[in-house]
Amino acid sequence: MFKFAKKIFSALKKILFSIGQYADLMLKVFKKHEKTPVFRRQIADEINNLGIDSLGIVAIISVFMGAVVAIQTAHNITSAWIPAYTVGFTTRESIILEFSPTIICLILAGKVGSRIASEIGTMRVTEQIDALEIMGVNSANYLILPKIVAAVIIFPILVVISMFLGIFGGWLAATLMHVVSTTAYYQGITLDFIPYEVYYSVVKTIVFSFIITSISGYYGYYTNGGALEVGRASTKAVVMSSIMLIFFNLIITQLMLG
Amino acid sequence: MIETRHISKGFGDHRIISDINLIFERGKTNLIIGPSGSGKTVLMKCIVGLLDVDEGQIFFDDRLFTEMNFYEKKSIRQEIGMMFQGAALFDSMTVEQNVMFPLTMFTDQTMEEKRDRVNFCLKRVALENVNALFPAELSGGMKKRVAIARAISMNPHYLFCDEPNSGLDPKTSILIDNLISEITKEYGMTTIINTHDMNSVIEIGDKIAFIYKGKLWWEGDNNEILDTDNEELNNFVYATELTRRLKKQK
Repeated sequence: MFKFAKKIFSALKKILFSIGQYADLMLKVFKKHEKTPVFRRQIADEINNLGIDSLGIVAIISVFMGAVVAIQTAHNITSAWIPAYTVGFTTRESIILEFSPTIICLILAGKVGSRIASEIGTMRVTEQIDALEIMGVNSANYLILPKIVAAVIIFPILVVISMFLGIFGGWLAATLMHVVSTTAYYQGITLDFIPYEVYYSVVKTIVFSFIITSISGYYGYYTNGGALEVGRASTKAVVMSSIMLIFFNLIITQLMLG
Repeated sequence: MIETRHISKGFGDHRIISDINLIFERGKTNLIIGPSGSGKTVLMKCIVGLLDVDEGQIFFDDRLFTEMNFYEKKSIRQEIGMMFQGAALFDSMTVEQNVMFPLTMFTDQTMEEKRDRVNFCLKRVALENVNALFPAELSGGMKKRVAIARAISMNPHYLFCDEPNSGLDPKTSILIDNLISEITKEYGMTTIINTHDMNSVIEIGDKIAFIYKGKLWWEGDNNEILDTDNEELNNFVYATELTRRLKKQK
């Protein structure tokens, strides 16, 4: 019993230490950047690396998921009393409320999160971060802030694109497989449309963008050791970002829709 | 000149270096030597401020570095050039961008001025036509030379080199050693080198500090080191069969 309590205490201490270390890092990250033209160029590069490079996977997943949602909805409609436009309506709601902001961000947590953690982690173990510090550059600010800003700008755009592509995928499946007619599908996707739902999704995405980049940056920045630890940091970054994403999904949903 | 007064550093209960008093003079190549795990790297990291000392003071030309705040330290750091063991070049940047980096971050020079300075520094380390290459495309010796070029791009007053010869063949090692020594004298810098390469010790050791078990064990120059009666230092200097044979002949 005593051993178990000691283990719990030790784990708690570790969690509190990590939270403190993360907060300390964020204080360093959100200091004034060194040179504005350099900072702007870094943001443009990161928008390309983190966002534009992810467009392909976002597009493919969105189209196919939209198609699957449409087919599954049609498959579950067994009663003749349920109108055909329900397929379009359900696809739109699922895509806008949950699929595009949450699932796409979970995928980005895997793709972008591991990239950030391994990039910064490698810089740590090869002393590139020390080199920045020696020169007098605030390495946390220089390496992490452009990624956070870029993600906060580009991820919501990716999610809005995903919404359109998901709904398009649903239409493609519905018409090609003769699930519902184009007219019925269109009627469904325009029925009782509430713009606030898009706003809610974009707000969620902005929070998720910050979570993914800052947590991945944190794990990369505090990597200690060699190649093995870089791999571990990358895995931890993805796992922790995903958990935090799901947790904040619940909180934001309760706050904005509850 | 850099001076350390009674500096100590530990991690948890384990003390790595204790009570180190040293003076590193300007225009001289100062070497810190010692076996692996003796505390050389920790000592250098403390001097450059990558690690905070537990006790003691560090002076950069009579400026008390250990008591400075973040911004004061930042201004001193712009007077420091450092070459890391693995060169620590930025992978995502070309050679030119690497050498230009400190100039971009801390000066208002035009692109033309920066390019001129980069070419001058690269020429000084005997590297030309490599501006567009990435670090992955360079050999170990070339990486070290680019690292030196980056370190001197801001005309530093202090140059630090951590194991500059590690992983290099003897000929390239001598080339790098001579380059560091020449630059030190040419620009009147205070240079501190961390090494356990005996060739460097003999070739360029204007001042040598031997660190053993975290303590300053011996101080002297490259003439004195071969005739010392310090047992631990002799074990270190004459560790190889080659040096033992040379001693016998001598």
